[in-house]
Amino acid sequence: MSVARSTTVEVRLPSRLGFEKVAMTTAASVAKLMGFREDRIDDLKTAVAEACINAIEHGNRLNERLSVGVVMSAGVDELEVKVIDDGKGMKQRPAAPDIDRKMHGEEDPRGMGMFLIQALVDEAEWVVGANGKSSYVRLVIRLDKDQ
Amino acid sequence: MQTDTKSRIEQIASPAGQAVTVLRFEGDISSASKEAVVGAYQGLSKEKVKTILLDFTKVDYINSSGIALVIQLLMEAANSGQKVGAFGLSAHFQKVFTMVGITKYAKLLPDQAAALAAL
Repeated sequence: MSVARSTTVEVRLPSRLGFEKVAMTTAASVAKLMGFREDRIDDLKTAVAEACINAIEHGNRLNERLSVGVVMSAGVDELEVKVIDDGKGMKQRPAAPDIDRKMHGEEDPRGMGMFLIQALVDEAEWVVGANGKSSYVRLVIRLDKDQ
Repeated sequence: MQTDTKSRIEQIASPAGQAVTVLRFEGDISSASKEAVVGAYQGLSKEKVKTILLDFTKVDYINSSGIALVIQLLMEAANSGQKVGAFGLSAHFQKVFTMVGITKYAKLLPDQAAALAAL
């Protein structure tokens, strides 16, 4: 089965931890249909899961009346995933975790999600929504020419 | 909807006769796993347990909150002078653990036999 040009798949998640796995498995299914290698699909799964966790925890602050939108757009040679929440968005760029500082209690052991997202996909962009709402993170992974 | 994390503690010996405590995890490792990861570790005797292996063979999903719990475990073990290794991670999570720097504090080995041989 092949994916037609600009096919879009949308998922709407409740703001409850654990539901990021629904978006993660859906994105993996779309990537598999597009012909991505298993290791790239694993990268995408982690990036999408982390983006959804950020949206649930920080964007929507675990408010179950709000939902997280996940829009997957499959192009000819790339897959774009937008994870949209009702938060004010991320203004700071992710810093690489400092394991020594974490091990010495000088840095929160958490806070690695944005770093992982940026490290695992080909493109990652955090966009602040107009009027302080509908902010999103946009992820892109591209098919290698040898795939 | 988060899947429960199960953890089981097993005492084994390395080929050289060294006592090793294995924490075997099963399920997802996420923010909901604190008791299964850190709690299970904190139940071990700091005086008697000197070498610990973390078994991720039956873990399919680890997120950054779960990795933070592993870092907390490693931090407490380092403060207690305990040596920690890990095995059974998929190639992807070996890569992720390496990216965040965990390999500086815990060796990652493919399976239990390799982990015991590396002690």
